[in-house]
Amino acid sequence: MRYLPLTPTDRQEMLGVIGARSIDDLFVDVPGVAQLDGPIHGLPLHASELAVERHMTVLAKKNLAAGDAPFFLGAGAYKHHVPASVDHLIQRGEFLTAYTPYQPEIAQGTLQMMFEFQSQVARLLGCDVANASMYDGSTACWEAIVMARRVTKRGKAILSGGLHPHYVSVANTMAKFTGDQLVTSIPTLSATPDTDDLIAQIDDNTSCVVVQYPDILGRIADLSKLAEAAHAKKALLVAVVTEPVALGAIKSPGEMGADIVVGEGQSIGVGLQFGGPYVGLFACSEKLVRQMPGRLCGETVDAEGKRGFVLTLSTREQHIRREKATSNICTSSVLCALAWSIHMTLLGEKGLRQLAAINHAGASAAAEVLAGVPGVELVTPRFFNEFTLKLSKEARPVVRDLAAKGILAGVSLGRLYPGEASLANGLIVAVTETTTKEDVETLASALREALA
Amino acid sequence: MSRYYTEDHEWVEVDGDIGTVGISEYAQSQLGDIVFVETPDAGKEVSKGDDVAVVESVKAASDVYSPVSGTVLEGNDALADTPELVNEDPEGDGWFFKITLSDASEVEGLMNESAYAEFVSKL
Amino acid sequence: MSNINASGWRPTTPEAGESNAATATGNRALMLEEPLIFEIGSISKTGVDFGDAPTGTSRLGGLERHQDIGLPGLSEPETVRHYTRLSRQNYAIDLGLFPLGSCTMKHNPRLNERMARLPGFADLHPLTPVDACQGAFEVIDQLAHWLITLTGMHSVAMSPKAGAHGELCGVLAIRAALDARGEQARKILLVPISAHGTNPATAAFAGFTVEDIPATDDGRVDLEALKARLGPDIAGVMITNPNTCGLFERDMRAISDAVHAAGGYVYCDGANFNAIVGRVRPGDLGVDAMHINLHKTFSTPHGGGGPGSGPVVLSEALTPYAPLPFVEKTADGFRLVEEETAGEHHAGSFGRMTAFHGQMGMFTRALTYILSHGADGLRQVAEDAVLNANYILRSMEDVLDAPFAKSGPCMHEAIFSDKGLPEGFSTIDIAKGLIDEGYHPMTVYFPLVVHGAMLVEPTETESKATLDQFIHAFRSVAERAKGGDPAIRTAPHFAPRRRLDETLAARKPVLAWKEPVGAQAAE
Repeated sequence: MRYLPLTPTDRQEMLGVIGARSIDDLFVDVPGVAQLDGPIHGLPLHASELAVERHMTVLAKKNLAAGDAPFFLGAGAYKHHVPASVDHLIQRGEFLTAYTPYQPEIAQGTLQMMFEFQSQVARLLGCDVANASMYDGSTACWEAIVMARRVTKRGKAILSGGLHPHYVSVANTMAKFTGDQLVTSIPTLSATPDTDDLIAQIDDNTSCVVVQYPDILGRIADLSKLAEAAHAKKALLVAVVTEPVALGAIKSPGEMGADIVVGEGQSIGVGLQFGGPYVGLFACSEKLVRQMPGRLCGETVDAEGKRGFVLTLSTREQHIRREKATSNICTSSVLCALAWSIHMTLLGEKGLRQLAAINHAGASAAAEVLAGVPGVELVTPRFFNEFTLKLSKEARPVVRDLAAKGILAGVSLGRLYPGEASLANGLIVAVTETTTKEDVETLASALREALA
Repeated sequence: MSRYYTEDHEWVEVDGDIGTVGISEYAQSQLGDIVFVETPDAGKEVSKGDDVAVVESVKAASDVYSPVSGTVLEGNDALADTPELVNEDPEGDGWFFKITLSDASEVEGLMNESAYAEFVSKL
Repeated sequence: MSNINASGWRPTTPEAGESNAATATGNRALMLEEPLIFEIGSISKTGVDFGDAPTGTSRLGGLERHQDIGLPGLSEPETVRHYTRLSRQNYAIDLGLFPLGSCTMKHNPRLNERMARLPGFADLHPLTPVDACQGAFEVIDQLAHWLITLTGMHSVAMSPKAGAHGELCGVLAIRAALDARGEQARKILLVPISAHGTNPATAAFAGFTVEDIPATDDGRVDLEALKARLGPDIAGVMITNPNTCGLFERDMRAISDAVHAAGGYVYCDGANFNAIVGRVRPGDLGVDAMHINLHKTFSTPHGGGGPGSGPVVLSEALTPYAPLPFVEKTADGFRLVEEETAGEHHAGSFGRMTAFHGQMGMFTRALTYILSHGADGLRQVAEDAVLNANYILRSMEDVLDAPFAKSGPCMHEAIFSDKGLPEGFSTIDIAKGLIDEGYHPMTVYFPLVVHGAMLVEPTETESKATLDQFIHAFRSVAERAKGGDPAIRTAPHFAPRRRLDETLAARKPVLAWKEPVGAQAAE
């Protein structure tokens, strides 16, 4: 077996050193009834690289990849072009096959990169500090709600109807067990988000208001008033960003007064990967940092006075605090954070702002083309690179039919909100720098046909 | 004024019905460099044995139990920016909080200085 | 003699000279110092070529960004060099033995990486219509089949994002099952003190109260003490098997039977599954839920601290409560069971744990690894992992205290203590001494039940020659520490950094880069 270096002779010699007659002697503590006497029946035996590659390739080809179709899916995961050097660099064995940097003297590469990542994320989200990443946006969102409860010592969170329904679903799951009270709603097919409704609901028991920006339908709205209203009641504003490229074009939530900003970082540096692994972003103001979950890297000096980096404020974490930890999270998503950081370094401020401008211009042009199709109405006049259309018939079967024709038309609201008649005709369409004019024309004519 | 110790290495110095609470020299030496201290807010009602403060080194976090019952008068604000005071002067400037005792007789169950010294010598 | 040495190159035997001469740059040949991107990049520089966007109407509704964000950019060559230089300051499995106990740092096959990058997997959107991603569901289904069969369990929840997320999945399923029985009063989970910190943290995060289970002197759960604590307030136990002392819990079946008889459930932390994969099925030991760290047993990369992946295998009793979404095989292909359809035949589900389907990129890697090894290879993995660990245990026990060595063989990891080290010397010194010898240290000061613990897990992907070299280095460092060599107390001497001041980092946290004071004024 190609991954196992021991030879039969080695094994015999080593058993001799140990003083065991056979390998079975080393498993004496396992009760006999629980021991299997050979390879598990019915499972295949070992296979060559070539054979495995064939098997996996057959499976991969049964999928319609984003790059093989006119592609308009978003709703929390976005297709962007990732420069070739990103994937090359993250596959360097010193990054790929390192562990969590528990021995900082021989992990400065990962630690410095974490410090750079934290600094980039904090700036992009408009906050003082960010952690070294979470599992993904949905789990980061729940952790933000829990953190707001710890900070305010209040148990009611108000979730915007514009928050990704899967994020709401994750929060609902957890709240059932923790006893947190969640106020939730579904979006309406309207031009503006539910800011005024949210403001009206904030009371003295509210720990936080959670709002997505841009929201699930692609809408963007100023968060300043919401932040003011939350702060007036001593509640926190939690903002969720699922498309961080947007922040190259529009103000960040932190700049508008959000106290905690979390996000899904996937769209920068990390591919679609059918939903994971992704990289959760988590940032907040400096005064809240001790209540923040997740790994943190900090600057310090070594015994010779040279600058270096270490994991710090670890007493918040499970390995020291155990049942009193801020969170049970043990890993972060460092390799994805590395990809994110490298991509962001390649972009820089200049590249990010150009990328954002191209996304917005492409989406604006596409919205106009698609809104010109009979039976299609643009619901959301203000957006970044994702908007919602209302079709003259139910969107979900239309999406399925177009997929069968090799067009990935967008995410139907029927998929995200099954059973909600008011949303059934909604279709979320995302347009990025990878979308061509021809793709848009293809979608427009396919919709024209489907809605005729 | 007299000073009393607990088996969990807190000390309380009682002056009238006011107690000053901290952790012992032995405790600070076991913790190593202290990097963070969280003290209770004034007005907090505590019972003997409640965890009322937190002391952290880089590698450990410990709860500090109140050796007596009463109402917290003030926390030691200096520890927020200079937690190293607990290492440098644990039984002086590194005190954690002052408390108004609700039951002065509680201290009778605690150790005096020499009894604590003997207790520590056996650890 | 004509034209003596026109080039001027006069070869001579090199002289030793001053070995630690200072350099102008701070670099030491291949050991290169590297500034932060904020110090070498600029907001006007970029490593990508975009034209300007076509002008058109803005639909940003007055929220246009006018202020700079402050994100530095670098050209591509500068970027490649920055990260390549950083990478060289890291230790990694690709460089050598990485014996972190309970972390299972085994070789990461590169075929895994290639398969995960096939566009059909890597470039697939999670909300692709189900008919257009049947191959992805088939990967999930095949991996699920392997995991269920290898563990002898009833079902598997694939979506948890990492080990601790898997623990959360398991204890939520336990909570949901108890609630369904109307046993809301069972709120206590019993966890041994030797458990990884995630166990009590997870239990608390899910709303349980944690109580310790005592251990016996031979490093295992005290069965009698456990039995004595069982009762109508106990939700169950969380037990790591093989445990964090590297020992198999011989009484696992008896523990499970006792817990079940008392109305509780058994969670098994599967972090150490590598020791028994293919030889023992946790399902045969009465386990109700166990997470599997794909990044440990099944070789997906650790990546400097994640991403992990933590599918959870479940017993028949807990299966009805498994989270959404999951993949179901039907007569006409694979279907996704989500909130929409759960009501019909999965009404007990405790809900969704993450936005999408879990760590698909890790599923493709793990399945690739599993198919490569097959049922026979995986069994050999466990045997070689245990053999390597016992080889280290027996090669070290005369120089370091091995608290459980007398009670029999270890499983996949060997544990030592700091007993016998002279005053002023501790486990940390042995760890740092190993760094100078070119090794990543073992896990230190964990588990808490052994003073100054050193937990060594070599894994099966190390050759005998590598182990012999490591043992030589480990013995040498241990003997120097025992002999009171002061140089060990200031190790490492040859790493990119000397010991770092963690106290300073925690007392005055600097968590993000800030322009040096006065820098802006100077511009």
